[in-house]
Amino acid sequence: MFIPFLYELRSRKVPVGATEAVALSKALLAGLHDSSLEGFYFVARALLVHDEKHLDAFDQAFAKHFQGIESQSLELTEQLLEWVREARQPDRVLTPEEKALLDQLDLETLEKLFQERLREQRERHDRGNKWVGTAGTSPFGNSGKTDREGFKVGEGAGLKSAVRKAGERAYKEYRDDLVLDTRQMQVALRKLRAFAREGAHDELDLDRTISETARNLGDLEVVLRPPRKSNTRVILLMDVGGSMDPFAHLVSRLFTAAKKATHFRELRTYYFHNCVYGRVYQHASFRDPIPLSQLFAETDRRYKLIVVGDALMAPWELMSVSGWSDDEGLEGVVHLMRLREHYPASCWLNPEPPSSWWQSTIDVIRKVFPMYPLTLEGLGDAVGQLTKAR
Amino acid sequence: MKAGAPVVTLQGMRFKGTESYLTSESLRSAVDCAVALQRPLLVKGEPGTGKTLLAEAIAKATGFQLLTWNVKSTTKAQDGLYVYDAVQRLHDSRFNDKDVRDIRQYIRLGPLGEAFAAPERRVLLIDEIDKADLEFPNDLLHEIDRMRFRVIETDEEVVAKVRPIVVITSNNEKDLPDAFLRRCVFHFIEFPDRDLMQRIVDVHHPELSDAMVDQALSVFYELRAFTRLRKRPSTSELIDWLAALKSAGISNVKLDAQLPFIGALLKREQDLMAFADQFGNRAPKRA
Repeated sequence: MFIPFLYELRSRKVPVGATEAVALSKALLAGLHDSSLEGFYFVARALLVHDEKHLDAFDQAFAKHFQGIESQSLELTEQLLEWVREARQPDRVLTPEEKALLDQLDLETLEKLFQERLREQRERHDRGNKWVGTAGTSPFGNSGKTDREGFKVGEGAGLKSAVRKAGERAYKEYRDDLVLDTRQMQVALRKLRAFAREGAHDELDLDRTISETARNLGDLEVVLRPPRKSNTRVILLMDVGGSMDPFAHLVSRLFTAAKKATHFRELRTYYFHNCVYGRVYQHASFRDPIPLSQLFAETDRRYKLIVVGDALMAPWELMSVSGWSDDEGLEGVVHLMRLREHYPASCWLNPEPPSSWWQSTIDVIRKVFPMYPLTLEGLGDAVGQLTKAR
Repeated sequence: MKAGAPVVTLQGMRFKGTESYLTSESLRSAVDCAVALQRPLLVKGEPGTGKTLLAEAIAKATGFQLLTWNVKSTTKAQDGLYVYDAVQRLHDSRFNDKDVRDIRQYIRLGPLGEAFAAPERRVLLIDEIDKADLEFPNDLLHEIDRMRFRVIETDEEVVAKVRPIVVITSNNEKDLPDAFLRRCVFHFIEFPDRDLMQRIVDVHHPELSDAMVDQALSVFYELRAFTRLRKRPSTSELIDWLAALKSAGISNVKLDAQLPFIGALLKREQDLMAFADQFGNRAPKRA
């Protein structure tokens, strides 16, 4: 029966309940699965999963429940796939002797060997004959040189059965705890909106039209009102250069998403390097500085501030005075505190994973700003916090 | 079920796609679930994977008439049921043109209302449900569940004689509420793999040579694997691109700076720049 499978799904945070169980049993009663495990896989997926971010968890649960593929080895595979994908080694030609050495193994032995190798392998291998890698002659890997049977690791693996399909984890890019792409970011930012009626009166207010017309003894009196429009103002403050370089791509995606989000009434973007001192810059190349005092004068507390940065720097950068005239003789951390004070709705998005947040400067900044990881989940939490703050 | 036989009942009906709409097994399974369990089918996926066309294909395969409700950012749930034109009635009352006491004249059914009121089964497409306000899907829960609603002005109830097949598409611009999701059969249309894409291309451009299609697909998938793109080209762009290549009489393509009609595949300025940046320097230098 599939009930334990539902609990397996629940343990992986796929929200399934009685409704889904009833629907699935109805579908099975109607014979929609054609009495096959593969048919069951598709029917169950259609009925139990409601969002593509759960597809990966579903596949994992399915693989575990119906064959017991170890989740651990799957994690390892992900790393392997990286190695395989990066491979750009030119192929070599095998000698007949080498070919003869490679005896044909049957699938079961291969699979067992594969699991074993996965457990043992700890580093990248190319052109070898044992480990999982590329351009090699081991039975596992990609771009291998022989026409013998083997496991192809990575894209294009022509595996057929449902359990294998589940094991491929084709949907892992849709998980919500992974780092985001532009579209997902837009969805998350969309929640950052608040409506207000402002502007030209061009929407019919039916209720007031009726009551005004009645008051007018039946002579039509049309009342118009302004339509609802978004009233959200956002300041995006981004750390660029140095330790942020590995994340430049990610930050530029967030920037694109924010720019494209049409529901902001106003979006201001500024840049800084490592730590904010008395000024922020309008260009990523540190041109056109704006003193913080001017920024504070132009924008009030209704603006929502999103700072993006890894918060990693030498401790002295946080605690020292830069010496610019508009610095007002204050340390970096004091400027951060001023920002936080001026904008009650503010947060810090950190592309570094939370596991590394114990590092000294991150830890200090965490005490100033509420900090969230730059993942879909983190962005969602940050947006939630921003909308709550008044 | 025999291929091409007209479907009268839904019992045992299986969706097989149509001549011009090719499906995968998982999609067929999801459609069958939705039809058998009489639940709305929620379809998500990358733009250009044929979400909207699915409803047309279902209508064509089942022989039922298709009703389309295009959702916009200003659409309200009420619009799908019925609209009461109060302003028209007020106007008419001033000039005594019509009998304004008959309120029915001023009530127009929306697409959902029409699908309920129709004497036979309809396929109803609610297109891009995520464009509307966040509360929109919640407002439709009861109507889609019970397949009935009450017109308050006339105190009449519109009840579906036969439950329409409801297909809902979403581009993922907003999260849909859980209560709504729980009532739907969900399908995520994956981007077609090379085999399926080959078949799709064959359906649209049967006269292209195999070698040409093969080259074009290689270029297309290589381009999609290029991670610096903001918007990756999709099926419909590939079809358009092939049409352009065909009309220009080009018979072989390869991925380099001189790729013809690149504008049909890449639509963003940054993407074109990234493309030029990546492939431009590989171009042979001519004196």
